Order: sequence, then C-alpha cells, then structure tokens
Amino acid sequence: MALAAIAVSFFALPLIGLLWRAPWAHAVDYVNDEETLTALRLSMICSLWATALSIVFGVPLAWLLARVEFPGRSVVRALCTLSMVLPPVVGGVALFFALGRRGLIGQYLDRWFDFRLPFTTTAVVIAQTFVAMPFLVVTVEAALRQLDGRIEDASRTLGGSSWYTFRRVTLPAIRPALIAGAVLAWARALGEFGATITFAGNFPGTTQTMPLSVYLSLETNPERAIVLALVLIAISFAVLIGLRDRWFVGGRDSPRVVL
Amino acid sequence: MSLSAQIEHRAGALDLQIEVEVQAGEVLALCGPNGAGKTTLLRCLAGLSPIDSGRISLNDVVLDEPATGTFLGPDKRKIGFVFQDYMLFRHLSVLENVAFGLRARGTRAAVARKVAKEWIDRVGLTEHTHHRPTWLSGGQAQRVALGRALATSPSMLLLDEPLAALDAGTRAVVRRDLRRHLDSFAGVAILVTHDPVDAYALAARVAILDDGRVVQTGTLADVTARPRSRYVADLVGVNLVPGEIADGVLTTAKGARVVVADAPTGPAFAVIRPHSIALVREVAVNSSVRNAWVGTISEIARLGDRARVGIVGELALTAEITIAALDALQLRPGEQISATVKATDIEVYPA
Repeated sequence: MALAAIAVSFFALPLIGLLWRAPWAHAVDYVNDEETLTALRLSMICSLWATALSIVFGVPLAWLLARVEFPGRSVVRALCTLSMVLPPVVGGVALFFALGRRGLIGQYLDRWFDFRLPFTTTAVVIAQTFVAMPFLVVTVEAALRQLDGRIEDASRTLGGSSWYTFRRVTLPAIRPALIAGAVLAWARALGEFGATITFAGNFPGTTQTMPLSVYLSLETNPERAIVLALVLIAISFAVLIGLRDRWFVGGRDSPRVVL
Repeated sequence: MSLSAQIEHRAGALDLQIEVEVQAGEVLALCGPNGAGKTTLLRCLAGLSPIDSGRISLNDVVLDEPATGTFLGPDKRKIGFVFQDYMLFRHLSVLENVAFGLRARGTRAAVARKVAKEWIDRVGLTEHTHHRPTWLSGGQAQRVALGRALATSPSMLLLDEPLAALDAGTRAVVRRDLRRHLDSFAGVAILVTHDPVDAYALAARVAILDDGRVVQTGTLADVTARPRSRYVADLVGVNLVPGEIADGVLTTAKGARVVVADAPTGPAFAVIRPHSIALVREVAVNSSVRNAWVGTISEIARLGDRARVGIVGELALTAEITIAALDALQLRPGEQISATVKATDIEVYPA
C-alpha cells in the first residue's frame, strides 16, 4: 500500500507542481494566442495522421508477426519495435540520413521528384509514425496471438475468404486491443519531441508542435510553457479517462485489454 | 455423391495415413484416443490443413491433390464444420451467426436472414434470434453451431466432438436432436467422438483411429463383437441394447427383458460393459443378480490375458472374462451358457 501510494504521488506531484505554478490570471490569453493555437492544431493534425498511418501499416505488420511463420521473424519484430526503446533523437537522426536531402532514399526523391522531406509537416508525421507505430503493433500482435485461430477457421469453413474473415471476424475480435493500441500510438505521437526536432526542425506553422513549443517557451516565457503543458496534459488525460471506461475495462462483449 | 479420401499428412509427432470412403446420407463416426489424428483428419477434409500427398474428392470434385497441384481452400468447399467449442462469433447475434455463411458466399442480406431464421426455428432457438452467443447455454450454443453449419446446405458435414462440452443431462437431449438433423441430412457426415454411446446413437459405421491409422472399421456391432485390439475393446467394445423402458425393465424388439436401475420410461438403450457380465453354467436361485439370459456361445476370442465370448440368443452379447475363468469353465463354441449382470452395472441412456 505504502509503495503504491508513493507511486501515485510520484505521478501526481509533478502535475500538482505545474498547477501550483500556473499563471491562472493569464492562462486564457496564453491559450488563445495565435502561436499556441497554431501549434495545437498542428499537433492534433499530425498526431492523428500518424495514428492513421500506424493503423493502416501497423495492423498488417502485427498480423504478419503473429500469424505467418518465416525465418528471421524475431529479428523483424525487433527491428520494427526498435524505435520504442531507441532515444527518439537517434530515430530522428536515422530518419534524416535515410530520407534527408542527401540520404539513402532522400537523394533520389530530391533528384527525380524535386521533393524534399525534412523540415516539412510531412516530416513531422513521419517522425511521429516512426516512434508511435510500434505501440500499436505490439498491442495488436498480442491480441492476435491470444485469439483462438479456430474462430477464423470457422469463418473460412463457412465460405469466408481470407479478407472477409479478417474484416468480419478477426478485426471485431481484436477491436479493444486495436483501440487501445491506437490510443497508445496517438499519445506517443502527440508527445513526440526528439525525432520531430531532429528530422523536421522547429518552424512555427509547419513543424512546431506543442511539445516543441513548450520546450522553447521554457527559455523565453516559462509561464506560457506551463500553460501549454497543462493543455497537453488535459487533452491526454481526458482521452485516457474517456476511453478507459468505454473500451479497456470493457462491456460484456469486449474482452479485457490490459493497457 | 460421396467422399473419397486418401490422406497422408504429417504434423509434429502425428503421421496421418488414412483412407476413407463415405456415401452421401451416411454418418461415419471417428473414434480414437487423444492425439490419434481425428481432428487433424477433419481439418484435412475441410481444407484447414492441406495434405502432403494423396487425394480428397467430394462428389467427383477434387478438393486436394498435391500431385496435380489441386487445392481448394476451405471457403471453396461445400462443407459445414461444427467445432468442439462451437467457435461462435461473439460479436454477432445468433441470427447473424447463422446467416454468416450465406452472407460470406454472397447471398443478399434479406434472403440470408430469411434462411437463417428458418434454421433458428428448426433448431428451436426462435426466442434467442437476436441474442449474443454469450447469453446461451452450452446446449443452445451447440444448436446455433449446427444451424450455422447447415444453413449453407453443405455436401459434407464435419462434427468435432459435438457433444463433448455438454453435461450429461443436456447431452441426451442434444444427442437426440442431432440424430434428427443427421437423419434428414442428405450429404456426407463425419463425426468425431470419444464416446461409443454417441457413435452408436448417431452413426451407422465407425472407424477407429489410433496413432494416425484406421485400425478398424465397420458397424459398431461388428467392432464391438470383434475388436481387433485390447485398445479397441476398451474404447468401443460395449454391448448396446436398444429397447423400450417401462417399470424399470427394458424390452428389446426381440422381446428380451433387461432389468435396469433408475431408468426413465420410454425409448432408451442400455450399455452393458463386457467385463460386467458373468458367465455361469447354472444361475443361482437366491442371487442378487437381476439379469440372466440363456444363449449359445458363438465365438471365443483371446486378447492377451482376457477372452471375449460372443453369445447369441434372445440377447446378443459380448462378455469379457479372464483366460483363467475361461479354462475353469471349459467353455466351447456351441455350448449353452447363462450371461448374468447386475441391474446396477447397466447404464441407461434415453434414445
């Protein structure tokens, strides 16, 4: 009990610290500020894009890792989840040397299509997807492994094609895990800092997301940094509470998913 | 209209080598111990596990023949599969579960729903049409699984231990209903079971599987009378006596009377285990044994240190005695003998 209480206060105290120092009198002005709103909008758009991309590519990847046996599968899994443990800055540097103007692929994008990725909003989305997708992949893969394959067999014997089975049986069965994974990925994308600043830079309006804005304000205007931090916390907290009750603990038909 | 399969399939420790022929309208029961390959055989027939070599054809359509590179996936075969734990779709209602196969095969929603409703009526679950499977009891879930498998009008029905997950009371009722559905099913039906009672009630023919091979096949009466191994004798070598129960006595069609304990009135069958039968030259007058039938010894087969003695008469029975007892009694085929058994040693199942 005592240890658990310490753990709770460990998470609660920094939050209280922020609330205590918050300049409540000017809070509304800071939030209503053009720069803040721009950063907030950019953060929202980019993190949602990153989540969408994580789902579109992450679910097939999770399926491959869970269901298809091929040599070197554990190596592929490690590779695809490496960015979870990697310092994000390292990820950003790696992305830069792959997709940057002189990068492995970036040089051809530049030469053939006159297309440069770094320091664009697209780069923000890529950096966020890079660090966020593994969270979805790991969650969905675990759910796919737990799922009794015979439920899919049942669909197949009833005349369902592989795709029909995936859509009508597999996907609904792993829905709670998919939502949990998507929320985790989204939260990770929203908070992404290191890879973004390295790969996409810090340009207000195009690449300056909320976390970047918070960090930079800390130097120039700490009060503003506190307010922005609180806005981020409020959004994340609201989403976590809202989703937890609806999906994670589950209704009578959705199996429990441990976040 | 029939199934013809020569199957070779390796999976882990199991090496399946099997030939099966089943006619349309026939029900074949597959019996055997765990790991004998019963479920794997069903999966091969369903296309869930491709075979390594051999040939499977249903109604002259080749389903799987590695030599010619022919393989039809499960969704391309006209089959119905009832899984051991039913594998109902928990996120769909009973109606959507039963309509699933038709929808998957491209039937319009309205038509599929209409056919599914008919099947739900037929399996007696009308009031559960819109419930989720999680609301259903084991017996109800089994019936949904059966309705779901039959709704697509398959040419072959595969049932993997359809009654194993049910408690004894439910089992008798569901077994009777399943019997009714199998009787009206025109295609090939194959049923995996551990229980000779199920095999007797549902199938005309049994195939005994052991370690990936068919070790014996025939009618259950044949297999019971002449088990080719100790193992088969233990598995299905029981006497099954059908009849009508009234006042604690089961009367067979031939008029033989079997005194039974705690028996419900009505059609039923008695299970008399060969080792519960005692053979005597003369029945003692003041014995607690309630059943004694006089018959003629038709054959004596030795299996290890035991002997199976076939008796014909008003009641055809197989008794199992030790070789020592056989020698002591000096039994010979053609001799008259009395078979006795205590009423409490007889199990009774409603038919």
